[in-house]
Amino acid sequence: MSSDKMHIGNAAAFAFDRTDVGIPVVESLISSGKPSALFYETLAERTLAFAQRERLSDPEKGYSPNIAGFVGPVLQRCIESAVPIIGNFGAANPMGAARRLHTLAKEFGISGLRVAVVDGDDLRENIRGLQTKQWGKEKPLDLANTKILSANVYMGSQPIADALDQEPHIVVTGRVTDSALALGPLMHHFDWASDDWDKMAAGVLAGHLLECGAQITGGYYADPGRKNVPGLANVGFPIAEVNEDGSLIISKPNGTGGVVNTRTVKEQILYEVDDPANYLTPDVTLDISEVEVEQVGLDRVRVSGAKGKPAPDNWKVTISVDGGWLGEGEISYAGPNALARAKLAAQTIRERVDILGLDCDLRTDLIGTISIHDGDTGQLTRSFSGEPQEVRMRAAANANDEATAALVAREVESLYCAGPAGGGGVRRNTTWRVKTGSVLVPNKDVKPRITMVTEDDI
Amino acid sequence: MTYDGKVEVPLYEIAHGRTGDKGDRSTLSIIPYDPSAYAVIAEQATEERMLAMFRHRGATEARRYDLPNLQAFNFVIENVLQGGVNSSLNLDGHGKTLSFLALTMTVLVTPEVLEAAKIAISE
Repeated sequence: MSSDKMHIGNAAAFAFDRTDVGIPVVESLISSGKPSALFYETLAERTLAFAQRERLSDPEKGYSPNIAGFVGPVLQRCIESAVPIIGNFGAANPMGAARRLHTLAKEFGISGLRVAVVDGDDLRENIRGLQTKQWGKEKPLDLANTKILSANVYMGSQPIADALDQEPHIVVTGRVTDSALALGPLMHHFDWASDDWDKMAAGVLAGHLLECGAQITGGYYADPGRKNVPGLANVGFPIAEVNEDGSLIISKPNGTGGVVNTRTVKEQILYEVDDPANYLTPDVTLDISEVEVEQVGLDRVRVSGAKGKPAPDNWKVTISVDGGWLGEGEISYAGPNALARAKLAAQTIRERVDILGLDCDLRTDLIGTISIHDGDTGQLTRSFSGEPQEVRMRAAANANDEATAALVAREVESLYCAGPAGGGGVRRNTTWRVKTGSVLVPNKDVKPRITMVTEDDI
Repeated sequence: MTYDGKVEVPLYEIAHGRTGDKGDRSTLSIIPYDPSAYAVIAEQATEERMLAMFRHRGATEARRYDLPNLQAFNFVIENVLQGGVNSSLNLDGHGKTLSFLALTMTVLVTPEVLEAAKIAISE
């Protein structure tokens, strides 16, 4: 008979999240005395392309770069308290991630580590041979004569639940849906059937609420004077206390900063959701249109009413190809007539791009007026009336080649001596871009694989 | 300004929200602080008006999903991110800042609705 409750904690929402937030989450999970799991979400949509490139330069790399920083502070406590860690740290090299975790354990003097690797998501080699369908209304990428940098299918929670049957300390995955990192342990613990759609929906909702970490505990929310959040510098990462019936309470560790209220929860429920009645995942089609939230205590919000419909037969694959180069340069003007001097700087850059005959798409911004909300045509910026004390001119260019992008950025630096008066603080960079697109593949063509990696395998 | 006893205010005075991105699409929640503002938003924050807020960025379509149980609205705005993180030249390729543009949309509210929002905010 499984326990009536399971606690799921989250300690990372992306690869560059804080690394000290896992400790209070783990202590809270342990002190609850309930069966628990901790998960890390570190794979953004384009991460796989960058990870594949890293693996090409070093076959042992290509997993989440900060894996040791995330897992190190909590590994000992999680092992001794039987709190499994689940993370999509694998990226382009799940086996490499498992080996890194073993060396990490060795550094801490921990023996007997068991890491389950879930992969089978990497379709780079065979995507051209699969029967794919268009993803929604999205215009498909033109893959003819193009090198595919990465192609990974979003797998669901079943392989994670199955991996947990083998009692690993850590489950490392490649690409799975973010919510599967929470639903997997819930399925394993409650023995939920994969076609019990309302339970699958509840578990996906739990994962969806947790996967962005502090975004449900006051991060990406605080707005001084109306949405006040105490202690953002020490914001607690979230915990879902999930009941067997799928209802749950969102909370955070005692003694941490942040806030959990119906407003933070509502903002996160709808975050990155298209049609709320049809949130598609490989596990279930989630309907959150009937969900209700209720404050049941300090920093405790009850969430209930998730409904499930059958999962789709086709799963989403995200494909990455080369996206050219972005060159950016910025320079500041301050004091009297700052805006006019910044405008002259922008105009000068546009003329320089013409004079040099650079083949690129150029945008200039006047930061400090209205820029970030504007389109590329500068309509809102022109409507700005005011005399700001300082303005930062930014030029950004997309080009097919690195040299052109870098040259636009360097032209901004040239403004030091050859531009308007009193320009200072130039920063510039040139960045390789990745373009992504998505297609659907029949789920029968996806073969998840589970491999247990023990000390003996290293 | 007042009209027929009503006051014109930005949505920001009665609601909060958050943006997320999916490719070149922005998803945007608008959530009233107090339930009394729900009907105001339902009536006045139409798909057409929301699309107009983002036309200058090339947006082509706005859809609104109403969630009375949750007391919230979810907007989906197509082709608003200038290519999104893949290719946008905007500093904010994700459109993370766009909820605060949407919240500048003005609506007409009764003094009672405005007062209820103020009380809810201060609670």
